[in-house]
Amino acid sequence: MTDLTCRALIEEFLSDYVEGRLPAEAAAALEAHLSVCGDCVAYLENYRSTMKAAKSSGHSTPQNIPERLVQAILAARPG
Amino acid sequence: MGQSSPAVCSPTQPRDAASASTGADLLEAFRSGDAAGFEQAVRQFGGRLLALARQLLRNEEDAQDAVQDAFVTAFRSACSFEGRSSLSTWLHQIVVNSALMKLRTQRRRREQPIEDLLPTFIDDGHQARPAVRWSESAVAALEREEMRQSVRESIDRLPESYRTILVLRDIQELDAQTVADLLGISTDLVKVRLHRARQALRTLLDPLFVVQA
Repeated sequence: MTDLTCRALIEEFLSDYVEGRLPAEAAAALEAHLSVCGDCVAYLENYRSTMKAAKSSGHSTPQNIPERLVQAILAARPG
Repeated sequence: MGQSSPAVCSPTQPRDAASASTGADLLEAFRSGDAAGFEQAVRQFGGRLLALARQLLRNEEDAQDAVQDAFVTAFRSACSFEGRSSLSTWLHQIVVNSALMKLRTQRRRREQPIEDLLPTFIDDGHQARPAVRWSESAVAALEREEMRQSVRESIDRLPESYRTILVLRDIQELDAQTVADLLGISTDLVKVRLHRARQALRTLLDPLFVVQA
């Protein structure tokens, strides 16, 4: 695989690459492109940061279940 | 919500929920139809399950309804739970199902087409609007709750079928097959939508994270 375009890198290979599922030959072609394309390096880094941001967004301060909801669930318990 | 028979599993002796400190003990108390065990499970897992429901449903009332429905469903079907996963994992899956059912019955919001948020390319394959590398200090600010809230608001702007997959795969970290099964779609479609969701979220996060000149 040679002469990978930015479009092919971003649309077809990026997801598998960041998840470590891209076959070695394709990964080598992708990395060859990255070595000469600062735009795609920036896109890749931002894509990874996006995944980190999404993951972080799920971290919130410890949340207790409201007592009112606990009581509603207990009241709805079958039987 | 309708009432039905309690899920008392006949071979199991009722357990003292007060001593049910481990997941396995709590599961046995839960399966025995013990009211105290049920309450302990609600208190022990309810907060995390509510947080999950809030991620999937934007509305607090819907999220609380989904958690309530899930606990009642779990109690009814406790006997059929074979214990191949932990009680916590099982409850998570029931809450996800409950939330997805709610999403399917909701009126669809006006959504920005995902295509508007994807990168564009010129004829030779280069990016039409080259990406600008994000500020490291801005990304590091994800330690702060207000930045995470801004990210959540951006995730909420994604089209529903993409947002759901992003939440399940990248936040809840469910595997692709599990997500495909939950949504009734192929793993290939999960993969395509996840990639597009990440790209669209990247576009939405650009104003938050890009280096200011």
